[in-house]
Amino acid sequence: MNILVFVKRVPDTESKIRINPETNSVVEEGLNFVISPYDEYAMEEALRIREAKGGKVTAVTVGRDESLVILKKCLAMGADEAVLIRDATPETYDGLRTARIIAGFIRTKSPDCKLLLFGKQSVGADNSQVPAMVAELLGLPQANVVVKLEIDGDEGVAHREIEGAQEKVAFPLPAVITAQKGLNEPRYETLKGIMMAKKKEIPIISIEELGFRPEDLASGVEITALELPPARQAGKVVTGAPEETARQLVDFLHNDAKII
Amino acid sequence: MILTYIELKDNKIKKASLEALSEGKRKAAELNMGLAAVVIGVGKEGVGPEIFAYGASKVYLLENPAFDKYSTQDYAIALASLAQKVNPEVILFPATAQGKDLAPRLAAKLGVSLASDCTKIVVKNGKLEFTRPIFAGKALLLFTLKSTPKVATLRPNVFPLGESRTQQGELVKESIVLPSEQPKARVVEILQERGGEMDVSEADIIISGGRGMKGPENFGLLSELSSIIPRSAVGASRSAVDSGWIGHQHQVGQTGKTVSPNLYMAFGISGAIQHLAGMSSSKVIVAVNKDPDAPIFKVADFGVVGDLFQVIPPLKEELKKALA
Repeated sequence: MNILVFVKRVPDTESKIRINPETNSVVEEGLNFVISPYDEYAMEEALRIREAKGGKVTAVTVGRDESLVILKKCLAMGADEAVLIRDATPETYDGLRTARIIAGFIRTKSPDCKLLLFGKQSVGADNSQVPAMVAELLGLPQANVVVKLEIDGDEGVAHREIEGAQEKVAFPLPAVITAQKGLNEPRYETLKGIMMAKKKEIPIISIEELGFRPEDLASGVEITALELPPARQAGKVVTGAPEETARQLVDFLHNDAKII
Repeated sequence: MILTYIELKDNKIKKASLEALSEGKRKAAELNMGLAAVVIGVGKEGVGPEIFAYGASKVYLLENPAFDKYSTQDYAIALASLAQKVNPEVILFPATAQGKDLAPRLAAKLGVSLASDCTKIVVKNGKLEFTRPIFAGKALLLFTLKSTPKVATLRPNVFPLGESRTQQGELVKESIVLPSEQPKARVVEILQERGGEMDVSEADIIISGGRGMKGPENFGLLSELSSIIPRSAVGASRSAVDSGWIGHQHQVGQTGKTVSPNLYMAFGISGAIQHLAGMSSSKVIVAVNKDPDAPIFKVADFGVVGDLFQVIPPLKEELKKALA
């Protein structure tokens, strides 16, 4: 079974975000970039399915050459192959644009794939759009925010998280699945894996090879500003006997904040 | 026209849908547009009056027996066929689990970009400018959408509910034809988690615990507080979740949920940057922590420096008194 895992390079969650107001973009200098955490669950799930059922796992990303690092990580985790779809355009925050590139890749380069795994969102753009859009563009079923996945032949069953409950969803393959925390515990790369990954070539595909002209991929999102959220002011802090501080806290909630 | 998708649960309108509808009403007034709503399912006429009360003059009821069970693909087909028929300028969804699942599918079907999980919408030069948090709230992206319809999902608990008053409106039934040969995902079962407790993304008040809770057994203290506070839910920091003390669905922060409740109560949470990102847009924040230098106090409107295990019992009694 051919499994594709789509990954994205993002600043790690400890990052403090700074903004360049001239370009309306995030200042990348000083940031530590990693594979988006939810993508690791997708990667792990793909490897487990391959270990149980056989097949091939390919990690794919859309981005600049800097993204080769996270593809190397996927190879070190155990992916058989990795592909960079080279797109030098700065972040557009337009999920449809990325979805069209990915759908174009699948149509031209990997029409026989059975499972398309994504993280439920990139930790950064936080759009949660691309997987469902890819599914629509390719006419495939989708299951989003999945915490349990079972594949049996050409059928799959997924548990997807909704508010206070889970939806159990059944679907035929090929299908688009997005991984949520809880799906599995991602493995670490082994030294052997890292050595193997070093030797593997990562093919680079241009968007032209996928049949796009740059003007076909104009962003549908017009950015007007990128801002930092308003800073919060520290409020009152009390110390003392628990009975007294508890009373003061409720007094604040009741009389000042008027919430309780 | 501004069209709002109304999500139902057990034939009741979800609050986040009414919030989206209320925002739709405000924007429709500014843009001098009509306001309509759409409900999917058979026999849903009963929700009409409540939707009219929030300002929609028309409610489209999209019907097919298959809609009894949620299917992203079927629902997207239904909404696309309505959109092609009535040509709305704007389509709003609540950014609930269903809204987030459905809106991108619809947007791709209509060939338009999508504004996800918005926290603010303003009219600028006759155009809608959307604001959405990125990096879990560490930054805000302001943007417009180039193509029409403008499709957006609105984060729950952010947009205020408008006034509701009895009004007349028109119910329009549309029978939807679904393609027979479509490989599709279908819901076969709903698995309830502990009696369908409230999700942190929907709660008005979140009572959250971190490493200071010391172990899974102590999260019961927070559940007890939650049981006496209406519309509250128990949250957790990443370290509490990663220690296995509580399920990840409770996690607030950059690899959990980004929330904006009326009140966020942090117990034994130091305030790591990825946690602060996920809850700093709460309207009011209070914190109880032993460490007076904990970063959480920098964002808290009211802080108690003390041992949470000593503060919670009298706090519970005081809350009971205040709520009585």
